[in-house]
Amino acid sequence: MTVISDFTNSSAVDNVKKAIAAAKENESFHALLSLSEERALERAALVDKGEVTGRLAGVPFVAKDNFMTFGGTTTAASHFLEQFEAPLQATAIERLEAEGAICIGKTNLDAFAHGGSTENSAFGPTLNSADPTRVAGGSSGGSAVATALGVVPFAIGTDTGGSIRQPASFNGVVGVKPTYGTVSRYGVVAMASSTDTIGCFATTAHDAELVMDIMAGRDDRDMTTLPDFFAPAEAPAVQKVGVIKEFMTDDVDAGVRRQVTTYIESLKAAGHTVEEVSMSMLKYALAMYYIIVPAEISSNLSRYDGVRYGKRAEVNNLSDLYGKSRDEGFMPENKRRIMIGSYVLSSGYFDAYYLQAQKARTLLINEFNELFKTYDVLVGPVAPTPAFKLGENTADPVKMYLADIMTVPASLAGLPAISVPAGTTDEGLPVGVQLIGQRRDDAKLLALAASLEGAA
Amino acid sequence: MTTAISRDDVLHLAQLSNLQLSDDEITALQTDLGNILDYVAQLSELDTSGVEPTYQVTDLENVWRQDEIQPVDAGREQLLALAPQQQDHQIKVPKVL
Repeated sequence: MTVISDFTNSSAVDNVKKAIAAAKENESFHALLSLSEERALERAALVDKGEVTGRLAGVPFVAKDNFMTFGGTTTAASHFLEQFEAPLQATAIERLEAEGAICIGKTNLDAFAHGGSTENSAFGPTLNSADPTRVAGGSSGGSAVATALGVVPFAIGTDTGGSIRQPASFNGVVGVKPTYGTVSRYGVVAMASSTDTIGCFATTAHDAELVMDIMAGRDDRDMTTLPDFFAPAEAPAVQKVGVIKEFMTDDVDAGVRRQVTTYIESLKAAGHTVEEVSMSMLKYALAMYYIIVPAEISSNLSRYDGVRYGKRAEVNNLSDLYGKSRDEGFMPENKRRIMIGSYVLSSGYFDAYYLQAQKARTLLINEFNELFKTYDVLVGPVAPTPAFKLGENTADPVKMYLADIMTVPASLAGLPAISVPAGTTDEGLPVGVQLIGQRRDDAKLLALAASLEGAA
Repeated sequence: MTTAISRDDVLHLAQLSNLQLSDDEITALQTDLGNILDYVAQLSELDTSGVEPTYQVTDLENVWRQDEIQPVDAGREQLLALAPQQQDHQIKVPKVL
């Protein structure tokens, strides 16, 4: 793996060539869907001439293929957008470029970011960096694997219900899902607008903090962005840590529990106060999520109609154009979510499903708020298992959804949550520990993680 | 609890969702949608009387801006070029009626 400082004292053109060569060497993992070599080398030449400077001058990175970028296609790993060349760049990309960072390519994901394994990609799955017979995690699987393989020192992704944290955990890298509203979503393919966030993968908490600091901030083109608040924090002194009891039951893989327990011991050894906490609403979080998020998906994905851009089926009338283009352009999981969304929003079911879920969400948020009166940070695993085998969960959507059970609570509450590497199972599979903080405590979480790096 | 989803239910949802599905897809979705709805139905056991729903978590309210025309990144021709079919600077679609 590499860190950002490996790239800051060398020629940008050399950095880009090196990263592209590394990407090609690791092609068998299918982490990347496309390389933007020509544009990357042009940008690198500008950096080498001193025309672009900044905190990431000449540092190569990759972006999940649901960020609009110049220099190639933006597919969202779907047939719908297979040929789509974005007419603009996402704010997050613009901010990284303004600091001299260079996007060398786009990474694989579950189509439209619907999934937890990257197996729902229209272009085939990404393989796990530690064991290619296993999944990368998802939906930002390609970004996690590219970082873990050392192709680039950081990558960016989106996290709606765990799509950064879970693949970070499965591949042994740092993954940041920030407070809802931290980073502008302008120019990013929308999934579920009340929980979509933009974050990053890196190999150290310090690098992740730098990337988040650059991307964060108010943007008039995304009115849900919070007023600027992100600022690098000092390493915390004594923190009051709550270990989430419901995430450490016998249902959770023994290797995962062992690694998380080891991390908790290192928190104690560093002088932090650790206590067990319980949350009665956690068991309902996944059900809330799989009502609210499909509802928002069904609405957000109605824009893919085959008229203005993207795939258009060969048909003779307008009604077939919508129906056939959408049938051909979407993957099965996209269709499942759209239809569940249509169901829970339809008259007769709205109150029982959608409204009930949004009320339950209030109860979940209240429980988090209550705990944060006493605790600074909550700790648990990121996922109940390490990376599972390719194909193991694809036949059963509910089984696949259960992989999100520990990541969706922070998403529904808009809280910052990060995945931090915590060693491996006996089989050598990476395990991540999840740190959840209060809103706007993103940098404090990263500082805590940084203070423990190498200790666990 | 089992949420029975009929073939007609799937067809109705497909119509609401603007999806023209194949026969195989309809059969598979009947099972999958039923299983997913079974899982999420556990929320019905929660007492939420008197609880306000949460629709957004930003705490932001009514973020205003001046009603002024802002420059955009992409031009008209560039956006038109994204359409699968164009004619005379317009997006072309098959006949409606």
